[in-house]
Amino acid sequence: MTPLLSVRDLHVGFGRDPHANEVVRGVSFDLADGETLAIVGESGSGKSVTALSINRLIDFGGGRITGGAMTLKRADGSLFDLIAATEPQLTGIRGAEIGMIFQEPMTSLNPVLTIGTQIEESFRLHRGLTGRQATAAARDALDRVRIPDAARRLKYTPNRLSGGMLQRVMIAIALACNPRLLIADEPTTALDVTVQAQIMALLAELKRETGMSVIFITHDIGLVAGIADKVMVMQNGQAVEQGELNQILDRPRHPYTQHLLQDVPHFANGSATRADGQRDKGENTEPALKVDGLVVRFPLKSNFFSRATGAVHAVDGVDFDLMPGETLAIVGESGSGKSTTAKAVLGLVRSTRGSFSVGARAASAERRAKPVQMVFQNPYASLNPRLAIESILAEPVIANGGRVDTETRARMASLLERVGLPRNSLQRYPHEFSGGQRQRLCIARALMLNPSVVVLDEAVSALDVSVQAKVLELLVELQREFGLAYLFISHDMAVVERIAHRIAVIYAGQIVEIGDTASVLSKPKHSYTKKLIAAVPTIERRREHFEIDTRQVPSLVRPQGFEPAPAKWEQFGRDHMARVEA
Amino acid sequence: MNYLMRRLATFPLVLLGVSILVFVAIRMVPGDSITAMLGTEAGLLTPAQRDSLAAYFGINQPWFVQYWRWIGGILHGNFGISVTYGRPVLDVILERFPLTLELALLSMVIALAVGMPAGIHAATHSDKPSDLGVRVVAMIGQSTPSFVLGLLIIYTLSAGFGVLPAMGEFAPLWQDPLRNLSQLILPAITLGFAFAASVTRISRSAMLDVLSDDYVRTARSKGASARSVIWRHALPNALIPVVTLSGIEFGYLLGGAVIVEQIYALPGLGRMVLDAILQRDYALVQGAVLFIAFNFMIVNLLVDLAYVALDPRIRLGEQ
Repeated sequence: MTPLLSVRDLHVGFGRDPHANEVVRGVSFDLADGETLAIVGESGSGKSVTALSINRLIDFGGGRITGGAMTLKRADGSLFDLIAATEPQLTGIRGAEIGMIFQEPMTSLNPVLTIGTQIEESFRLHRGLTGRQATAAARDALDRVRIPDAARRLKYTPNRLSGGMLQRVMIAIALACNPRLLIADEPTTALDVTVQAQIMALLAELKRETGMSVIFITHDIGLVAGIADKVMVMQNGQAVEQGELNQILDRPRHPYTQHLLQDVPHFANGSATRADGQRDKGENTEPALKVDGLVVRFPLKSNFFSRATGAVHAVDGVDFDLMPGETLAIVGESGSGKSTTAKAVLGLVRSTRGSFSVGARAASAERRAKPVQMVFQNPYASLNPRLAIESILAEPVIANGGRVDTETRARMASLLERVGLPRNSLQRYPHEFSGGQRQRLCIARALMLNPSVVVLDEAVSALDVSVQAKVLELLVELQREFGLAYLFISHDMAVVERIAHRIAVIYAGQIVEIGDTASVLSKPKHSYTKKLIAAVPTIERRREHFEIDTRQVPSLVRPQGFEPAPAKWEQFGRDHMARVEA
Repeated sequence: MNYLMRRLATFPLVLLGVSILVFVAIRMVPGDSITAMLGTEAGLLTPAQRDSLAAYFGINQPWFVQYWRWIGGILHGNFGISVTYGRPVLDVILERFPLTLELALLSMVIALAVGMPAGIHAATHSDKPSDLGVRVVAMIGQSTPSFVLGLLIIYTLSAGFGVLPAMGEFAPLWQDPLRNLSQLILPAITLGFAFAASVTRISRSAMLDVLSDDYVRTARSKGASARSVIWRHALPNALIPVVTLSGIEFGYLLGGAVIVEQIYALPGLGRMVLDAILQRDYALVQGAVLFIAFNFMIVNLLVDLAYVALDPRIRLGEQ
């Protein structure tokens, strides 16, 4: 039987001389009807370029197909040469036979058109529907992706919907005309883990309903376990390994695949958690950071002159302490208050109530230490592109009234060496470094003032898995060496598992569960923690049926003067407690 | 609507500031109305004659008394009397304004009608020869002074075709539309050319930005044709900078275009204000500047309202 899509020795290049700048170098695969192929790889591996080449959207991104063959079996059984096709022919294929969804639902929909108009467009283009018929079809399409209250939502513009909802709208658009091939390019990467689980569940259901084939592109090999039939692992523009799902996951042959598989989470047995730094309160050590009853509220006013009518309770009574040499991970979804907590600790957001105390280590006068420093999420945006590395590293010293003297320079050089960058980096500029190297620079910058606490706000989230692993390794080494305490803010359970000694799960501005990592991850007690952990894709849970959970996160807006009920805690084991649920 | 009310409430404050500035500025210019009116003969006036003239024009009072009387008059709808025209200031301004408004509107229509398609074409054919051509013409348009272009047009017409642009008594649109248009079309082209060049450049760069946005890729992935991608998906998102630029340029044009009015001998606001300054016609200068400032504020308000219409993400007046 002829496959739905056959790709042979595909080459794609960019720029003025595409043959010299090939990003995809000889990729071949077949996709049968109803089959799901997962393409796994890191950024720059050529996985997205391969996907965009299939419906030839790559032409608009400056790419050119420089060699190979691609054939699509059309609905009537005829074979369609995707490489020789003209642009008008391709517009008849796109949307009708090949649908596509993208990584960023927030930017992938046109901000000035209602979602109804955008869904209707597919029906107008390929089904010739107009007016009421098109509207009715759009409503059905929204129903199909389980968006409640579809008729009203059709009139919304994208800014009124959440990321998860927008991704459903994207799916509705892509599937409007029942394409036989859906290309999903990292469709859940920008979403929270519970929302990711919902979208994956939806895709699995729709696939069962329609029998379409799917090409699923991801950097997360754990994610493909739930959906793929076949896996292709890409690196540097080539497929290094491809085969059946079980074969790839259980008997990976290529070292790169083995490496990728090693970094996926293993919560069940708690084996991957850190064993060092047992928390020992007996020794009477001062905590490096103690947070007591932290509350951050943003008053809401209907207009400038009127009094506050309520407040957004971003952080609502958070307590924890952090010992020297310890990592406390604060995990939660977007909007849970985890980043606001970090900002309050740094003084970047004014806290409404609560107290902090920072450990005594800072007091030693001759070290001029600044106790709390920070490393941010996006290494590309958090280094000033116009400053040389020397000025970037000097910045915190100058900001604290210090001078750039021989001592400072010596510290710069030794820190650079310590984070694994060449000494001559000082005269270079941020754009000369890769993402991982930049994050190392950010770490070096944070350490310039010899802090006792470092706040790492999603510090490795923007990095590829293999780079991530190396940066995490560095962080652990630095922690041992300098006795640093880390406050590690993250949404990524796999990363948390590897770096945290303790975990605090935060939900709607409150900590719902806190304790040592192995215990919380393997025996979660609070229902939210359970939901969060269950949503993390792992390779153990293969082809598992995800439940669609459309519960919304509760609103954090409270009436003026509202105070949450005092927390009741239940203790489980030596260092593990969870909030008692109402 | 609440927003509209609040915006309108700021108008008097701004106008008050403008009135003080123009009042002080025009009095800082050396000379006075009497000297300006009588020329060298002013030297022949006896001090008594000069004083009585000054008293007649009200310029013998301390400046704050003059200012107070002027503002008090405006609150009663009386902008004062122009010493050069011997008529109420508002009448003189309103007589000139239709021409200026019409010229500004015509220039803007020309600018948008030429500039936007040119910019869009250049953006969709970027780095092709036609893009280069558009960019060169736009560069020339932006860097050619209006008097050069105006004179070139007149010269070409008279030397090449033996016709002169319609001059003489200005005919308002509602009296003789044909004659009116024949008088205004060349000045409008002169002004519109530079305006169109700016519009071309800004719509080209806005379009280029938008065309690389994710939702344009989404539209293409749906199978939308190149035309639909440009007109339906990209253009509405690229309009904001074009509206901003057009608003500012239009606001300037409402203040009159001195050089073009001079070249084509048009009785517009620009020449009137220039003459008023030269004649030290204080009341007329002050009145005209207030009027121009008011127009500018209205245009800005319209631009802000246009943003709301164009982009549902923009909500005015929210904290």
